[in-house]
Amino acid sequence: MSLVLIALLPFIGAILPALMIRAGRNACALTAGSVTLTSLILLLSYAPAVFGGEVIQARFEWLPGLGLNANFFLDGLGFFFALLILGIGLLIIVYARFYLSKQDPMGLFYVYLLLFQGAMVGITLSDNILLLLIFWELTSLSSFLLIGYWKHLPEGRQGARMALMVTGSGGMAMIAGMLILGNIAGSYDLTVILQSGEAIKASPLYLPALLLILGGAFTKSAQFPFHFWLPHAMAAPTPVSAYLHSATMVKAGVFLMARMWPALAGTPEWFYIVATAGLVTMIVGAWISIFKDDLKGLLAFSTVSQLGLMTMLLGFGTPMAALAAVFHILNHATFKAALFMTAGIVDHEVGTRDAKRLGGLVTLMPITATIAMIAAASSAGLPLFNGFLSKEMMLYEASHTYYLGQEWILPVLATVGAVFSVAYSARYAIHVFLGKERHDYPSHPHDPPFGMWAPAGLLVVLVVAIGLLPQAIAGPLVQVASNAVTNGTAPVVDIKIWHGVNAALIMSMIALALGLLLLWRYGTFVALRQRFPRPEAKDIFDRLVDRTAAAATFVTDGLQNGSLQRYLATMVATMILVGAAGFFGGSHGAGTRATLPISPLGLIGWLLLVAACLTLVFFHHRRLLTLILVGVIGLIVSLGFFYFAAPDLALTQISVEVVTVILLLLALNFLPKQTPVAEFAPRRWRDAVLAGLAGLGVAGLTLAITTRDFFAGSISEFHLANSYPGGGGTNVVNVILVDFRGFDTYGEIIVLGIAALAIFALLESSLHGKASKRLANWVPETARAFDSHPLLLVVASRALLPFALLVGIFIFLRGHNEPGGGFIAGLVVSIALIIQYMASGFQWAHARVRVDYHAVIGLGVLVAGLTGVAAWIAERPFLTSDFTYVSLPVVGTFEVATAMAFDVGVFLTVVGAVMLALANLSRIGRLAETGGGSHPIASQH
Amino acid sequence: MIAAAVTFGFAAIGLAVLLNLYRLVLGPGMPDRILALDTMVINAIALIMLYGIAQETTVYFEAALLFAMVGFVSTVAFCKFILRGDIIE
Repeated sequence: MSLVLIALLPFIGAILPALMIRAGRNACALTAGSVTLTSLILLLSYAPAVFGGEVIQARFEWLPGLGLNANFFLDGLGFFFALLILGIGLLIIVYARFYLSKQDPMGLFYVYLLLFQGAMVGITLSDNILLLLIFWELTSLSSFLLIGYWKHLPEGRQGARMALMVTGSGGMAMIAGMLILGNIAGSYDLTVILQSGEAIKASPLYLPALLLILGGAFTKSAQFPFHFWLPHAMAAPTPVSAYLHSATMVKAGVFLMARMWPALAGTPEWFYIVATAGLVTMIVGAWISIFKDDLKGLLAFSTVSQLGLMTMLLGFGTPMAALAAVFHILNHATFKAALFMTAGIVDHEVGTRDAKRLGGLVTLMPITATIAMIAAASSAGLPLFNGFLSKEMMLYEASHTYYLGQEWILPVLATVGAVFSVAYSARYAIHVFLGKERHDYPSHPHDPPFGMWAPAGLLVVLVVAIGLLPQAIAGPLVQVASNAVTNGTAPVVDIKIWHGVNAALIMSMIALALGLLLLWRYGTFVALRQRFPRPEAKDIFDRLVDRTAAAATFVTDGLQNGSLQRYLATMVATMILVGAAGFFGGSHGAGTRATLPISPLGLIGWLLLVAACLTLVFFHHRRLLTLILVGVIGLIVSLGFFYFAAPDLALTQISVEVVTVILLLLALNFLPKQTPVAEFAPRRWRDAVLAGLAGLGVAGLTLAITTRDFFAGSISEFHLANSYPGGGGTNVVNVILVDFRGFDTYGEIIVLGIAALAIFALLESSLHGKASKRLANWVPETARAFDSHPLLLVVASRALLPFALLVGIFIFLRGHNEPGGGFIAGLVVSIALIIQYMASGFQWAHARVRVDYHAVIGLGVLVAGLTGVAAWIAERPFLTSDFTYVSLPVVGTFEVATAMAFDVGVFLTVVGAVMLALANLSRIGRLAETGGGSHPIASQH
Repeated sequence: MIAAAVTFGFAAIGLAVLLNLYRLVLGPGMPDRILALDTMVINAIALIMLYGIAQETTVYFEAALLFAMVGFVSTVAFCKFILRGDIIE
């Protein structure tokens, strides 16, 4: 359990800094720090077990059907990374307390930082790759917030967006790759996948999976050609850069490659893709870094280069190279975080981080200068510092690895990379801190307060300590982590400072000499570089984004131009195409069932239907007439339901027709009464052809289905057999609605309620806007009759009300066993109420029906939901129904089913939704009537 | 006997519905068509009752009741629309 807490604590604790900021900045930083510290202590409590070679697991079922389980495990690699993330995170929290100014919302900063930290730790501890993907995406999102923390800076926002887009799209590719991988291995658990490396490498899907997963890893770790986002992310506050680009975000890609090493590494594909990408990144990043004047830009490209180095080592695919990669990850995290922190200190205290305006700071800021120069020395690979050791290992591995069958390629190129890295590290140390003291610094430079340099100081202590006593301090950690990377095949190594004179040492010395030479002749190289055109990645990226957006807009505008006709045409055309593809793609023949004889009544019905439809098409531009004809078609359809013995459907159809007519008439009052005739003849022909084809298709489909038996037998028998024993009702239709498919019905009434509320919300906002002024000046198109509430109608409607309500209750009660039910009853009651509104006026009726229809909808959904939950009390699944028999005097014995309560919910929701929708639509009319609704006319009765 | 009566009833009402259809299609005015729809509903009630008698079942009678109760609401709504424009004032 505490294993899960390591990852979850930062998430849970993320809320605390936001609250504690009210108690001051120190309290805020302290809470954030203690959250991280707690996680760190929890992690360290597992140290003995991890160093003993154990793999600790914690498993929770989440969505087992999808293979997504909250499985966590802690092995050497996870421990190693989690230690870096939490340890450096703690130092960053201290550093940020002193770095952020009073204007910056510090609470928010720590919230983002903890969220990010939790996501990163989650990645390192996930056992399930789907869970890992979730944490992976969370790092993309939370780093977006961190990079764009200074919202007022356009560079910050653009940098954040670029980082999100590049790493986010890489993440998409990785999802696909992981799914393939899980499919090959037969499990989404890493522990299983890592053991099935042989099967994965032999699979024909190995290469696609590899490419997709590397797409995610390369974008995250800024490998060439995706390296361009990282320097733009430097617009973030320096603590963010120090954290994201030393130990965490960009290392996630390296972590993933290390994690997947047993499953994916060791093939030629892996070697050439990963090692090449790493090699190119290492050289290109280091080369650009030398010429960056912005200190953070310099460090950003040096990070790109160092990440390339680690990627290349992992790409070699040998256990020893993997061990070197792990060791370098540790060393890089220490010296690079320290370098970023000193860059932030210089920026903070001097007021600029432009290398051209700096120099000679060593006497003004002695502590900062010492820290920076030690870290830079390690970065350059100077002996006695930890960077030397792992760089030496890298050069040694490169010196005996063949590339394209050639022995010399890798050693030479690796040395070139090392030369550049010496040059940029030396430039950082020399151009900023050495040289003559200047007198044109933007502000007076001095060393920062203790809390600001202490985190960096602690890191360089580690740099030196590991450099001097590598085996004693880092040896066991590196060993246990590389054992995990290589599935236990890593060699047992004793890391020593002195190996004697070997190839690596000679290469190191060459790199040192050439690197310093390069810096000595810096001006010449700058001039040389200026002569060649260089592509600006941001411009290319922006152009690409703009083009993609333009293409998307073109497609969207083409499909969705606001014309309902076009939407309909698109949908119908798609249906025709899909249907035609299915029809012409398969074999088909005439139906086998004999057709039934035509009865005279059926013939009349058919005639009516055809005549009404044709008339409708002919008069379709006269909207009121269209409505009348729709009413006729609805009538015939209801009669058809009777004819085919479906009384439930017929009852529903009858009530729905009435409500539809009222709804449409309410709307039609404020719409044009004629549909404008399309001027463009081809469009009319397009519509005619589409409609004709779709009609023929549906007719053909109906004929095909009614003239043959069901492919796999009918499910009716099951429902008929189980309706009474299972659901306690003899009306199968109703039992299906409230029991067999009760969950569907539950979803549907929620949708119905939401639709009614949406009508309310839309009208509420629009009636208070411009529309209200237009309505106030609205003049009816046709002359109006005098009598607004005819007496005859008023009397008839009031006499009808009790009967209609009685019928409603009757239909509701019998619903479970005979045709009827909550839905129909709801419609009947709604109609009974609407008649009152129509006959006696809204004011009169509204004053008497003192019910809030919003609440009725909510109550309906609640009752239905509670009925479902009640089944849990009886320890049965949601919405399982039960029934029993109750005897009462006078009434006799009758059945009580829990489905009845569910039906009450349906009933209430239907009444609430219909009434809310109609009442709100009728408000438009009342606004027009009274010029803004301030003086409603009193009913005449 | 009852069978013959029901058949005759079906024939008569079927003819009536066809005459309704004639009015519905040709009009000429909107009130003619609304009345055609209203009459059709009444004929539908008769058809349902006859069908129930012919099938010797009472299961359809509620539907006839429902038609009788709510069928006129559409007619009222249409008429009110023509007279006043706004059906819920």
